[in-house]
Amino acid sequence: MTKPREIRLSTTPTPEALAELRLGDIVYLDGLLYTAREGVYMRALEDKANIPLELPSQSAANFHCSPAAAIRPDGSFNMGAVTATASFRFAKWLPEWMAKTGAKLIIGKGGMSSRDYKSYFVPNGAIYLSTVGYGTGALLGRGIEKVEAVHWQEELGLAQAMWVIRCNKMGPFIVASDLGGNCLFERENAKIAKNLARVYEGTRPATLKRYGETDDRSDEVIG
Amino acid sequence: MISIDLIQTTAERLMDKAAIEIPEDYLSGLQAAAETEDGDLSSFVLQAMLENYKAAKEDRRAMCGDTGCPRWYVKMGNEARIEGGPVALESALRRATAKATYDVPLRPNRVHPLWRTDHNNNVGIGAPEIEYGFEPEGDWIDLITVHKGGLFGTDYRMLFPSDGIEGIKRFYLDSLVAFGKRGLACQPAIIGIGLGGSKDTCMVLGKRAACLRVVGSENPDPRIAALEREFKDLGNSIGMGAMGFVGKNMVINCNIEVGYCHTGGMQMSVHAFCLSSRRAVARLYPDGRVEYRTDPDWFTPYQRRETVDWQGGAQEAAE
Repeated sequence: MTKPREIRLSTTPTPEALAELRLGDIVYLDGLLYTAREGVYMRALEDKANIPLELPSQSAANFHCSPAAAIRPDGSFNMGAVTATASFRFAKWLPEWMAKTGAKLIIGKGGMSSRDYKSYFVPNGAIYLSTVGYGTGALLGRGIEKVEAVHWQEELGLAQAMWVIRCNKMGPFIVASDLGGNCLFERENAKIAKNLARVYEGTRPATLKRYGETDDRSDEVIG
Repeated sequence: MISIDLIQTTAERLMDKAAIEIPEDYLSGLQAAAETEDGDLSSFVLQAMLENYKAAKEDRRAMCGDTGCPRWYVKMGNEARIEGGPVALESALRRATAKATYDVPLRPNRVHPLWRTDHNNNVGIGAPEIEYGFEPEGDWIDLITVHKGGLFGTDYRMLFPSDGIEGIKRFYLDSLVAFGKRGLACQPAIIGIGLGGSKDTCMVLGKRAACLRVVGSENPDPRIAALEREFKDLGNSIGMGAMGFVGKNMVINCNIEVGYCHTGGMQMSVHAFCLSSRRAVARLYPDGRVEYRTDPDWFTPYQRRETVDWQGGAQEAAE
C-alpha cells in the first residue's frame, strides 16, 4: 500500500498552491474558515442579507458543517467536534455563492459531481476537500485554535449559523477535485463498477417497480 | 421504586457516553476490518477513524460533529415502578437530552420540518423519540440511548413472496451500492434489515436490528443467522470500502430481525448504523444501583415470542 501525501494548506490559498494538489492528497488547513450551508445560503443569497465577513480576504474556505457547539452564558464558545454534511444538496446555491465570495475551498462530505466541478469550480479556480471517515469529528475539533465568532445564530439557530473558526493544522481532509475539475469519487466509482455485475449474480429485480427506477448501477443517487 | 433523580442523572451520563465513547463491539469489528483493508485510501480512512475514537475519549469530545438524533429506548421489568410514573420518566429523559446537548456539547440537530425552528437542545415535537419494551421479570429499568446519524443509507421496499431470497439480496445490494458511493452511508456500518411486519414495524425492526444488536450477535433462528453471515460477506465482496473508495469493508455486521406480515407480502427495510455507532445503556434498580453497559440486549426471547401466551423458560427449553 502507498501512503497518501500530506500537505499543509492556507484557507486563503494561492492558485499555485491549489495547482499542486492531486486527487487523494491529504490536506491540513491553517487560517480562518467559516461554516455556511442552506441556512446561510438562503439568508445571504435569497434574502440578500449582508455577509458579516470580508470574503475572500479573511477566508476563502467554506465548510459545509454544523459544529457540535454551545454558547456559554458569558458569550464564549464550547466547540467539541466538527464534521461535514453532504454537499450535493447545496449545488443550487454554490455557483452564486462562489461568484459572490470568491471561495476557493469548498469543504464537505461526499463531494459534488464532475459536472459541478467543470461548470463552476474550475472557472472560479476552486477545489473540493472532503472530510475523512465519515467523520473524524474529534480530530478536526483538535484543529480548532479559536472560535472567532458566530453570526446569525438568532435567525438560524446554532446548527445553521455562520461559525468563524481559526484553525491550526486542522485535518485530515482529502482532495476530492482538482483545478482540472476531475472527481476522486467518480474515479473510484468507475473502478468499483467493473465488479458489480458479478456481485449481483443470483439476485433478481423487484416484482413491484418504482416510478423512475433505474437498473443502471453506474448511476448515483446524488442530483 | 426507582428515583426520578437517578433516572435523569443516569440519562445525562448516557448521553455523554454515547456521543464520546465508541462501543467496544463496534471498535473490535472496525479494528478487524482495518487489518484486512488493503485499499490505499479506504485503509487511510479506517486508520483515521481509529485515531478519532481515541482522540474523542482523551479529550472527552463528541466523536463526530454530527451527533445524530438522540432517542431513547426504555425497557422495563414487569415489577418496575418509577417515581412519578411514565410522565415523570418522559420529562426526565427530555430534560437530560436538553442538558447534555449543552454540556457535551452535542449538535442541536432537531428542527421543525417546515419552519426549521431550532430550540438548540434536541428537544421538540416528537423529539427525542421514546420507545418502550417490557420483560416478564425484574424490578429494573434499562435506559438505552441511541444517537443515530445519517440522512442516507436507509430504505424500504415492499417485496413479495415471489421475489424470494434473490429479491431480498437485490434490494440489499442496491441499498449498499447506492448509499455507499461517496460514503454517504458513512460505512463500514452495522447493517440492520427488517423483514415482514407492516411498513412501519418493518422500519422499526430494521432500525432496532442495526442499533440495538451488537457486532458479533446472531439471530437465534439458525437459517436467519446463516443469511446474516452470507449478507455480510456479500456486502464486503462489492469491492467498495469506507467513503466509497476501492476497498473490502462495507459491513461490520449484518443483523436481520423478522416480524409476521401479511400473507401476500414480504416487507423489507435496510438501515446503516454508521462509523459513529452511538449507543449507551444502563440498568437502574430500585435500591439505587446503576450498571452501565453497551449491549442493549433488546432482542430477548420474550421480544421475539411467537405464541399466544408467554411460557417463559419452558418455551426456551422446548425449542
